[in-house]
Amino acid sequence: MSAIVSPVRQPLITGSKTYHQITEDICAPTEKTPSLTWIIAFAVSVTLLSFGVFCIIWTIWFGIGTWDLNRTIGWGWDITNFVWWVGIGHAGTLISAILLIFRQKWRTGVNRAAEAMTIFAVLCAALFPGIHVGRIWLVFYFFPVPNTRGPLWVNFNSPLLWDLFAISTYFAVSLLFWYMGLIPDFATMRDRATGIRKKIYSTLSFGWVGSAKHWQRFESMALILAGLATPLVLSVHTIVSFDFATSVIPGWHTTIFPPYFVAGAIFSGFAMVLTLMIITRKVLGLEDYITIAHIESMNKVILVTGTMVGTAYITELFVAWYSGYVYEQFAFLNRAFGIYWWAYFAMMACNVISPQIFWFKKMRQSIFVTFIMSIFVNIGMWFERFVIIATSLARDYLPSSWSYYTPTWVEIGIFVGTLGIFFTCYLVFTRVAPVVAIAEVKSILKSSGDQYLQVNKEHYEQVLEEEVRNNKQTVDA
Amino acid sequence: MENKKILFGLYDDEQILLDAVKEAKDGQLDIYDVYTPFPVHGLDPLLELSESRLHIVGFFFGVVGALTAFLGMTWIFTDEWPMIIGGKPYWSVPAFIPITFELTVLFAAFGMVFVFYAVNGLSPRAHTEVLHPRLTDDRFAIAFDTSVSSNEEISRLEKFFERSGAEVHIKNLK
Repeated sequence: MSAIVSPVRQPLITGSKTYHQITEDICAPTEKTPSLTWIIAFAVSVTLLSFGVFCIIWTIWFGIGTWDLNRTIGWGWDITNFVWWVGIGHAGTLISAILLIFRQKWRTGVNRAAEAMTIFAVLCAALFPGIHVGRIWLVFYFFPVPNTRGPLWVNFNSPLLWDLFAISTYFAVSLLFWYMGLIPDFATMRDRATGIRKKIYSTLSFGWVGSAKHWQRFESMALILAGLATPLVLSVHTIVSFDFATSVIPGWHTTIFPPYFVAGAIFSGFAMVLTLMIITRKVLGLEDYITIAHIESMNKVILVTGTMVGTAYITELFVAWYSGYVYEQFAFLNRAFGIYWWAYFAMMACNVISPQIFWFKKMRQSIFVTFIMSIFVNIGMWFERFVIIATSLARDYLPSSWSYYTPTWVEIGIFVGTLGIFFTCYLVFTRVAPVVAIAEVKSILKSSGDQYLQVNKEHYEQVLEEEVRNNKQTVDA
Repeated sequence: MENKKILFGLYDDEQILLDAVKEAKDGQLDIYDVYTPFPVHGLDPLLELSESRLHIVGFFFGVVGALTAFLGMTWIFTDEWPMIIGGKPYWSVPAFIPITFELTVLFAAFGMVFVFYAVNGLSPRAHTEVLHPRLTDDRFAIAFDTSVSSNEEISRLEKFFERSGAEVHIKNLK
């Protein structure tokens, strides 16, 4: 028995899997002792993480004077990294929410890992606003809590506060969405486990049994959560862009920022998902679940969003010229040909030109090309944020205060440290939870498993042949 | 809760399960529950499950979130500590929209998920007894509560399972 699917659809699960095999394959990585690759990767990540923690403590101890920020350039790597990580954190909820609403079946293979990645990326992002204020012990000023300072409240008219609300809501809702999806899979792992493992997964699975009514509510809620998360994802980077767009700095004060930032976020998020998935599928042996078809779909998203971002870059230049406003024009000329010209060209090359390679099917389907491209996009999107932040600030209103900015080892250390946090979390995740959503993959097996699609295809060809024969007979008669 | 004697049959394909559920319904058998490793579409209408009302819960919590944010900010900026920021009026409604939106989503999502856990009896401390370990793997089950059933009824159920090709088990639930 198989559902009716167009024969041109590519299978999303290969290797003629049965339900039981799916469970076995996806649970296996969490049930074995870690491989040497995992241990080495984990050791490297933890080392980076520790160095990051060291640099953060250094910053807090000596103050942000240890960074190379100055009066002209008040935002440097800190906010660049913040925006970069938030952007990366967009793919997970986009995949699980927007693609759920659009009923994209390939979502099931990658949503779990992408959502995990989202949570870890937002975690890394949230670190930066915390430490860049300098006096971290006053960080509670961020929050609208009743207090004895007057009571003096936070400024609800400020995009920076909107950002706080957007990021915390996004983090909380993503976590909720992710965990809800994990519950049935934790139940699967509980029923396979023994001893202490069983106890742990018993707690984690919240006593899920898979009753029909529970599934019905589960699906109904997943759909509503997706409906809520969709505008939420779009709002988060919109609000991040408000941090810049509502200011009066030429180069920041642009109404194009919200859609342009959102497209950029999806772009970088998918690139990071690809980087991770290409490694994960290979190392954990999940090639049958995260197939070339998945990679190709994501590459299409990269092509579209990359081109959108490119259009935004060019629109910015056009609008600067068309505005007839010399300061705006200077800001953009400076961006492209000023002191940070190399950052601008790195951004253009990585974000706009290189993704065009994905117009070719062969390139979209090449794992090697995809992997290299995903790294390029990650680099390019980091540069985009750096270009927007540092170049706009470096040449401000008074030529006497023009300045240049290079990071110190502390700033670099913190960035490297967040990479450490991110990969450590991800590596732990691959050990404790199923990397692919087991229940969701099972639910698409009959419509997207290769053995079922093959039957469909044969049937379709047979019908087509008969049709042609019948037509011929009618014509002959 | 008193003990329940559950008689259940295991199937290994959702289509066979659906056919069996249909047969059971036609035969006026009182199904206790159906367990599946993933959501099986087409099962809800057969079991005559009414549509989930979680969306109403979500809406309600969303309204609470929106009001909390909007009225809270209004109170703070017009009554509690009025402040002129950037020459804007105290009650600058457009500037309140982003936070109002975020809290609407936050409240709706959390409210809905916690109600979902509550109505399903899911919690970290829930100790549900698993009927069969393969039910979260690759088996589908139809379960009947036979705590008070007569032998005749039980044999009728067993016959039904035999006909529909199920593997029959009995388990006592505490």
